Amino acid sequence: MTLEKDPLNLIIAGVGGQGNILASQIVATAAIKEGLYVTVGETYGASQRGGPVMSHVRFSAQAQCGPLIPEGEADIIVGLEPIEALRIIADFGNPRTRVIVSPRPIYPIWVLSGQAKYPPVEEIVQKLGEFVAEVRVVKAIEEGETGLAANVVMVGALAGSGMVHIGMKNFEESMREIMSPKDLDLNLRAFKKGVELIRGRARIPAISKPRRHK
Amino acid sequence: MGTLELNQPGKTVLMMGDEAIARGAIEAGVDFCASYPGTPATEVPESLARVAERFNIYAEWSTNEIVAFEAATAASLAGLRALVAMKQNGVNVCADFLMTVNLAGTNGGLVLVAGDDPSAISSSNEQDSRNYARYADLPLLEPADFQEAKDMTKWAFEVSEKLGLPCILRSVTRLSHSRGNVKLGELPEKKRTAKFEGVYISGAFVAAQHAALHLKLEQVREDFEASQFNFYVGSKKAKFVIATCGSGWLYSREAVAALGLEGKVGILKIGTTWPLPEKFIIDHLKNVTEILVVEEVDPFLEQNIKILLAEQAKTLGPVEVYGAKSGHLPAYGELNQDKVAQALVSIKGLKTRARDEKYVEKAKELALAFIPPRMPTFCTGCPHRASLWAIKSALKLDGRDGFVTGDIGCYSIGAGPAGYFQLKTIHCMGGGIGLANGFGKLEQFAFNQPVIAVCGDSTFYHAAIPALINARVHNSNVLMVVLDNGGTAMTGFQPHPGSGFDALGRPAPTVEIENICRGIGVEVRIRDPFEISQAVQDLYDMLQEDGPRVMVFRRRCFRIEAKEKLQKKYYVDQAKCIGDDCGCARFCSRVFNCPGIIWDQEAQKAKIDEVVCTGCGVCATLCPGGAIVVRGAAS
Repeated sequence: MTLEKDPLNLIIAGVGGQGNILASQIVATAAIKEGLYVTVGETYGASQRGGPVMSHVRFSAQAQCGPLIPEGEADIIVGLEPIEALRIIADFGNPRTRVIVSPRPIYPIWVLSGQAKYPPVEEIVQKLGEFVAEVRVVKAIEEGETGLAANVVMVGALAGSGMVHIGMKNFEESMREIMSPKDLDLNLRAFKKGVELIRGRARIPAISKPRRHK
Repeated sequence: MGTLELNQPGKTVLMMGDEAIARGAIEAGVDFCASYPGTPATEVPESLARVAERFNIYAEWSTNEIVAFEAATAASLAGLRALVAMKQNGVNVCADFLMTVNLAGTNGGLVLVAGDDPSAISSSNEQDSRNYARYADLPLLEPADFQEAKDMTKWAFEVSEKLGLPCILRSVTRLSHSRGNVKLGELPEKKRTAKFEGVYISGAFVAAQHAALHLKLEQVREDFEASQFNFYVGSKKAKFVIATCGSGWLYSREAVAALGLEGKVGILKIGTTWPLPEKFIIDHLKNVTEILVVEEVDPFLEQNIKILLAEQAKTLGPVEVYGAKSGHLPAYGELNQDKVAQALVSIKGLKTRARDEKYVEKAKELALAFIPPRMPTFCTGCPHRASLWAIKSALKLDGRDGFVTGDIGCYSIGAGPAGYFQLKTIHCMGGGIGLANGFGKLEQFAFNQPVIAVCGDSTFYHAAIPALINARVHNSNVLMVVLDNGGTAMTGFQPHPGSGFDALGRPAPTVEIENICRGIGVEVRIRDPFEISQAVQDLYDMLQEDGPRVMVFRRRCFRIEAKEKLQKKYYVDQAKCIGDDCGCARFCSRVFNCPGIIWDQEAQKAKIDEVVCTGCGVCATLCPGGAIVVRGAAS
């Protein structure tokens, strides 16, 4: 298999606790099933605790890539959080970069304490648009939802966007391999929701866990 | 079934570097694994523990690294294959044993995995553990990608077993915690039984043992000369060569390709970095006039190559060496492809790769002016936030300019805004109580500030007990606050001696912190930090006493608690919250600083962020207006 660009560089950006690592693992496992070399560079440790988290996912048909994307070389950015998507641009963005972003903010503590300001989301999306080729907003979390499986909704959006050439079947198999059986169904639904959201189909039911008995 | 236990030789799977190391150990038939958790090495023993029953491996989380290493060595002395993994700081903890086991020798394959953390992404230093290999005269292997992580680990057991020495395998965060392609090998049939024979004493004939150790190193050097992990890529005629190892390999290859230098710059990739495969290196440097050495962090390979070049000056002639000493690459922080490319550009006088300057300038301006910074903080529901709030309040009430000595764990974040800037020192495991125990003896020099040493529960068992004994024996004025959240939370909640379960999740006996303290003869109180006013009062009272005292703030890590129990849902009753008219100065969102509480700009009142809140309820006890309330009781 050949890629339209080799290596193809994807950054998944978000905040500790949003499931960034699982998202990159689903994509990377699917890529291996597609017969590609894939390298996922990610940091955690302090980043688990509400800090910015960024996974670098690099696909190649030729060789194993290093774990870090060079400056200005992000082809695709998936933002699990809007300001974190924008934060990536200075180091990794270029005018050909394509962005898929969830508009739901997670506020940094310096914003909560009043030392910094969180700009309006519409402005963040507009600024993104000034720096990249394409921005697609995917409402992975509806008003009042807790954000359960929103990371997988965004993976679904990536899969549905056609930006990476990995078959739906391989994404699904990847999830079957990684997820525990009890979480699988919910996540497959979340994935499908993401696919449909980016393809612009309306009326998607909310993702919720089956009710527990009281 | 996970990829670790897949019995499908030849199948390619995605593996984290640490998992690949664990798989290599499994393919080598590892029998025994003892470790203390530490980023980035934690997932090696964790992976082995996960499949321990399937492969008849004994796996434990030990009290600290030296105990782990000694236990693993015991298995080796009994003829088994054993692995111990640790972060770079852990190697210091076992250094004392390391410096004698090298002389006394080992039997079954014994591999020490040192996980280094260039740039200290999750550490208090970025020391380069490779120096221990040279220091202790032990063989050192450095995997450069995921496949090598697996294959080299397997080979490391053979190297160790053949020599009768521990073999050090050095990984770094960007390998250990990255994921990539690994082609699986065969799973062996394990047949070893344990039996101790012989004598392993360091100290009886040290000089002779030391000389024999040097001979062993020469012996392994011969094997290293032919290793598949040392290779050269590029033109045989290249006058310019990059010498690299470990993480430097992929960065170097990409940098050379990005600059289109494949024909002109060769890459000498070395997997066996101590002792160096000298003949192999000399063979590939015969036509070379310039070398760039690419490695993380210290100029370890660089210096060793320079020594070799000096020794071979007659045959090799003058060779220019670039790297840390020449200033082309830093001897600190982690590397990346850009740094290697920049070094090549500057040495060879090339044009820089084009990234539109205007674009970058505009993007950086935007980042500065528009994007709020995001610092790591305590998780929502974290007991440390409450504990540090109590400490801050008690010290303020006390009013004698008291301060906190810090230690290693999640609560280290308490040095920043998350913990109200309370921690004033942070060094190594146990360093906080050690320092405090010294501060507590400065009375005769007019020192009158109260000192609080904070220490996590896992850290307490690991390294704090000798200092506490010292404080007791010398009646040092110190208040130790043990932040007991029930496990080793920083690395993913591995059990410790107080947890009550073992590495495989089976029930285990507990050693209680308070019993240790009482045995030492120190006053100890146990409080729930979520009962904040009580916690503050007790801390204040204890600050008024002399001699060593211990407060245990006990409350389980909320990441674990929230997983196990359905939590309550809280909300701000906006009828009760009167916003800025309250006079609390937005206590919940602005002062207490929990990311689960945000400010509703429209209503000008506080609001719970349902995506972030985990329902611990501490804010409800602190809100002066009583406006934070439970939505519906949990099961």
